[in-house]
Amino acid sequence: MPVKAIVDNYKDFNPNRDLPEQYHGNLMVYLYWNKHMSFVAAMAAPLPPPTPFGALPEVAKSVYGTHPDFEKIDWSKVEWTLDGNPITPDFAKSIGEQGVRHKSLIRFTTPGLDGFEGKYV
Amino acid sequence: MAPTKKMGIKQKYAHLTRGLDWETTYEKMDDVFPYDKFEGIKITDWSKWEDPFRLTMDSYWKFQAEKERKLYAVIDAFAQNNGQTNISDARYVNVLKLFLTGISPEEYQAHRGFAFTGRHLRGVGPRVACQQQSLDELRHFQTQCHTISHFNKFFNGLSEFRTMHDRVFYLSVPKSFFDDARTAGPFEFMIAIGFAFEYVLTNLLFVPFMSGAAYNGDMSTVTFGFSAQSDESRHMTLGIEVIKFLLEQHPDNLPIVQEWVDKWFWRGFRLLGLVSMMMDYMLPKKVMSWKEAWEIYFVEAGGSLFKDLERYGLKMPKYHEQATEACEHISHQLYGLLYQLSHVTGLHAWMPDDEHMDWLSEKYPNTFDKYYRPRFELWKQQEAEGKRFYYNGLLQLCHTCQLPMTFTEPDDPTTTCFRESEYEGQHYHFCSDGCKDIFDREPEKYISSWLPIQQIFQGNCGGPTIPDVLAYYMFGPNDGGEYVGSEDNKLWESWKNATTKEAAE
Ligand SMILES: [Fe+2]
Ligand SMILES: [Fe+2]
Ligand SMILES: [Zn+2]
Repeated sequence: MPVKAIVDNYKDFNPNRDLPEQYHGNLMVYLYWNKHMSFVAAMAAPLPPPTPFGALPEVAKSVYGTHPDFEKIDWSKVEWTLDGNPITPDFAKSIGEQGVRHKSLIRFTTPGLDGFEGKYV
Repeated sequence: MAPTKKMGIKQKYAHLTRGLDWETTYEKMDDVFPYDKFEGIKITDWSKWEDPFRLTMDSYWKFQAEKERKLYAVIDAFAQNNGQTNISDARYVNVLKLFLTGISPEEYQAHRGFAFTGRHLRGVGPRVACQQQSLDELRHFQTQCHTISHFNKFFNGLSEFRTMHDRVFYLSVPKSFFDDARTAGPFEFMIAIGFAFEYVLTNLLFVPFMSGAAYNGDMSTVTFGFSAQSDESRHMTLGIEVIKFLLEQHPDNLPIVQEWVDKWFWRGFRLLGLVSMMMDYMLPKKVMSWKEAWEIYFVEAGGSLFKDLERYGLKMPKYHEQATEACEHISHQLYGLLYQLSHVTGLHAWMPDDEHMDWLSEKYPNTFDKYYRPRFELWKQQEAEGKRFYYNGLLQLCHTCQLPMTFTEPDDPTTTCFRESEYEGQHYHFCSDGCKDIFDREPEKYISSWLPIQQIFQGNCGGPTIPDVLAYYMFGPNDGGEYVGSEDNKLWESWKNATTKEAAE
């Protein structure tokens, strides 16, 4: 439904402040570790599209590395979703080539690692 | 000349207001009042507006001046007696920091909003009521600054509150709430602030803060609360009057008003999440739990209010059941947020002690031990190992409420709630169905939201590194982070040691 405004050219006054071209060539990517609820929210990272998918574990480490589960992750067994769809990423190929776009949400599940004392923490 | 007879209050009020609503002749009425039609609200008879207060301007001034005199006498006495040393604990001051940075600037926004609305409603009754409320809100802003400024002489995190309000990530939650209301039309503003905020939700904001101050020995803030109380009852009356007036004027108004009520209930609920964390975690001496407050002030009081409004066809706000269910969780989730992000805030956070955690178990028997105590246990263990847990990065925000995406699925507290919309080829993320609906109703509006994390990445917040951003926020080096070992903590300990020494001598 369109906004009810006092002017007809509302959009001229109301620019989009969240467009890909405003990010100096980066994609704003969200990375979320399932079942680890002690982290308050998905992390956000600015990544250029040529970033190899295989760099994501290192990116994730900057935030999630403080969790005792993190070093136990076997990255070859990790299950991934991209914007809600399961994917089998090629670590050697770039995120841009594999469908990651501005504000994509990448979620990963680490089988066998269900948080502190298995309590999803 | 015969002496003029003294007028009665009613007569005075009639003179005060009714004379102001003349029909313009040089200019068209619609040109003089351009804002009160575009929202689609239909008013057939402005004179039906009932103002039960009928407060004349001269009695308004007299009454307010009297309250000011009392308040400033208490503030002076508090300062002279070093009242700051008699509070329960220096942790309490973080409540004042949250209030001064997150609420007081919104008093000012409310002042601006009511001034605008008071100018632009062509009915004279609401115009006068809005102008009085506008003055009240300005007074609230001013007296809060004066009350809290005494604490600024001793504690960190208070001095740059004005800049912080405009820039800091978590303060964009209250700021965007008021920005949203103030960029709406005058009727939506009245429903947003006058009805949803002042009537439905205000007790959940002021009772916790003011009783919290009383329980924790902060008599100056308590006095401010008293001084604002009579204003608030006037504001509540205006809020209820506006909704009844709109619903009585024309049946076409109902669907518009219902959408606004739904929207502003949810926005208000999200905003009050900050109060929930304050009540359950930040007050050294607790008043009641957030859940208890919600039961009393929303489920019971709000329930009977909406029962009363049923005769106009108005329904309980959409997602109110979700909100009530979420009250088992939000304070724990949001304090977890503060705990792990306190190093990038102007607030201190700390590990709740055992007694506090047992209180939480008792107040939240369904959820605390099962979902939230384990988090604190992990963090406690990390503290003991000298690795106090901080979230070392930037995070995902809800595009509507601007809180971090921390809330969980309504039926599953172990899964974060992610909602998404697509608009003009772009993704937008939301923390809840309520926030998604608000965006979907007016995407053209929310695409221009100033989202703090997005703005950091775009290079608009002082620079790319965390220290750059903190400098832009005007945080001092000791404003945030862990409470234990902070300057505030050390100062407090030195005061306590001095009193014990004195007592011993
Ligand atoms: Fe106020
Ligand atoms: Fe108010
Ligand atoms: Zn939200």
